[in-house]
Amino acid sequence: MDWNTIFITTVEASIGWQTVAYALAAIGINIQFGYAGLLNFGQAAFLGVAAYGLAVTVSTFHLSFWLGIAIGLVATVILAFLLGIPTLRLRADYLAIVTIAAAEIVRLVFRSVAFKDVFGGSDGRQNFSGDFFAINPYSPGTYGIGPISFDERTTWVLTVGWILIALSCALVYLLMKSPWGRVMKAIREDEDAVRSLGKNVFSYKMQALVLGGVIGCLGGFIFALSQASVQPDLFGTEFTFYAYTIVILGGAARVFSPVVGAAIFWVLLVFIGNTLDEAARAGAFGSWVTVSQVGSVRFMLVGLGLMLLLIFRPQGIFGDKREIALDAR
Amino acid sequence: MCRNGGATHPAMTQLEGAPLRRAVIAFTAFLGGLVLLLASPAWAEGEALKGTLQNQGQPVNGVKISVVAEDGNPVAAVTTGADGTWEVPVPKAGKFKVTLDQTTLPSGVALKFKDKGTLDVQVYEGNQRNVLFALVPAGQQGSGNTSGESASSFWDRVAQLTFEGFNLGLIIALAAMGLSLVFGTTGLTNFAHGELLTLGAMAAYLFNAVMGVPLILAAVIAVVIGGGLGYLQDRFFWGQLRKRGSSLVAMMIISIGLALFLRYVFLFLFGGESRPFADYNAQPGVQVGPISAAPKNFIAMAIELAVLVIVGLALLKTRTGKAARAVADNPALAASSGINVERVIRIIWTVGGAIAALAGIMLGLAQNINYQMGFQILLLVFAGVTLGGLGTAFGALVGSLVVGLFIQLSTLVVPTELKTVGALLVLILVMLFRPQGILGRRERIG
Repeated sequence: MDWNTIFITTVEASIGWQTVAYALAAIGINIQFGYAGLLNFGQAAFLGVAAYGLAVTVSTFHLSFWLGIAIGLVATVILAFLLGIPTLRLRADYLAIVTIAAAEIVRLVFRSVAFKDVFGGSDGRQNFSGDFFAINPYSPGTYGIGPISFDERTTWVLTVGWILIALSCALVYLLMKSPWGRVMKAIREDEDAVRSLGKNVFSYKMQALVLGGVIGCLGGFIFALSQASVQPDLFGTEFTFYAYTIVILGGAARVFSPVVGAAIFWVLLVFIGNTLDEAARAGAFGSWVTVSQVGSVRFMLVGLGLMLLLIFRPQGIFGDKREIALDAR
Repeated sequence: MCRNGGATHPAMTQLEGAPLRRAVIAFTAFLGGLVLLLASPAWAEGEALKGTLQNQGQPVNGVKISVVAEDGNPVAAVTTGADGTWEVPVPKAGKFKVTLDQTTLPSGVALKFKDKGTLDVQVYEGNQRNVLFALVPAGQQGSGNTSGESASSFWDRVAQLTFEGFNLGLIIALAAMGLSLVFGTTGLTNFAHGELLTLGAMAAYLFNAVMGVPLILAAVIAVVIGGGLGYLQDRFFWGQLRKRGSSLVAMMIISIGLALFLRYVFLFLFGGESRPFADYNAQPGVQVGPISAAPKNFIAMAIELAVLVIVGLALLKTRTGKAARAVADNPALAASSGINVERVIRIIWTVGGAIAALAGIMLGLAQNINYQMGFQILLLVFAGVTLGGLGTAFGALVGSLVVGLFIQLSTLVVPTELKTVGALLVLILVMLFRPQGILGRRERIG
């Protein structure tokens, strides 16, 4: 077994683009689920709408990159309103069902043949990241320590990504210290009490949904730019469930836990995936587990991990058991 | 959980809700218009070749179709999607050779005319040419030269789609009954319910296609296994979680973890491809009035209907059924009237698991079996349950039938691949106008 490669890919995964994209998605979910108690199971749609907003603007309509970013952000806000207005007044599980349905709608429309001219069908869209890499300050070469290094494009994506994560964390920290954040947590604990104090609960929930969606959509941009392409099936429901696992692993309602959670999650996933892959190639399991089956083992472990976390340690690594929004209606 | 907590004062809801609601309606209408605008050019402009592969009214997927221009340059090769559709955009008008790779046809399906594997078609300016390959169950091929095209009238299509809609609706209803009853009695929104369907289909596949048991017997065994697993799931998993006092939101996310886990166990064991049962998969169709379908579809619908009627009657007439409805209505009150709530819940899980397994087998008969089938239909089941009213057994039945019919009939106006989108949009609109569903009651939703 090639432990060297496994070690390098694992360390790289701790700060790689997947960690960045999922951390941003998880910070968004943490605002919605951790602080406000909203069960948004459609985070993948927010990322998808943002990524496609950018990709379609640039590659289909040949408009500028920055306009694409703006359209992605506006599309995310519109999606949040469309999902929030019918459901935020209802019980938590209605929001869960509607958001998961909306995420599937978005994915099916993106991959449909009818809209192939706009969204590119199941092949998605490419050729939209030129302007982003044109302002890359890094000259060609690799950057890193020893064998752990990234090329100049990845380094640029990661720099922007980690700056966005830092800014998002700072924003969440300041917001949650403010009166606004305290109202948000109060809504999570007892909606009626907050309403009886004269606060417009619906409006606060909507703000949380929009803010969480917008921070998540930054992850969508990173996702699209790091791959230089978007494909509809990248934004399936599994994406959202991964992000939930990350939030719960780190501990809901903590500022840094989504980031740490994302890093740990991807380190574990890459390490286990690569080790199993190498082992299967080396024939360690005999005919019992083939190389093509290893991929599904990773997903099984995520599902199992999510279950075990919620049963035995719902507060995750850093969370506080008294502060978990699991009793939301 | 407090069922009635969070109920907004109605007048207040009205006040803050009315303008917003109107805005959303206007916006949705605007989006709908946009969708049509965006969609129409795709149909009007750009030459393309397209088609839908069907055998006995059922889509045939994974078949390779390649297009070659008149001058011999290959244009593209595609495989048909899950709904049997394929499309190849062509650079300009002209003559093209369309070839169906007969080796990629699923077993039991063959071209009606062996020598018609390659067709010459003319595409005109701005034309989206439909190309038809006539498929029949293997062993029934002809070699004649009759045209495969048939001009069915609009109303024939409506009748055919209504029939197919009922078929789908009944399958959704079978799944929805269990989901809705579990929700009503325990409050759990079970995202792993779809995997009970997959499990039923796969168990039947194991006995039927691998071990050679006749399908009907295999189905009976699979239903028993489904019921047994429903019982065990409640006895050793959900029941324990309830006893520990896990909250409903925690259990909902646990059910997602369980669904993810099971789905990939299925992928691990079964592989990523779709496979049919060994029996009844290439039945010749019969014509009943305007409807043509394989006999198995009629029998499947009869079984589905019979099971639904039996479950419905059991809910209305038997002591356990009445107890189940009482628990679904108000668990605390039911317990204080001397109903053994835990026992009722266990029975509901057992019956729910069994009929979910049956739904999975029926779905496997109607489509094919793959590891995602349960998850794919789960959202439609949610749509049906929500439309009918969460927690009401008969609401789930009505809602599911409406969803099934809507999905099939919507293909009259929207492309087949987007038919699910319509049903899911309806789910969101229901939330807007009647969140309690058709048969639900207002106080459940707050």
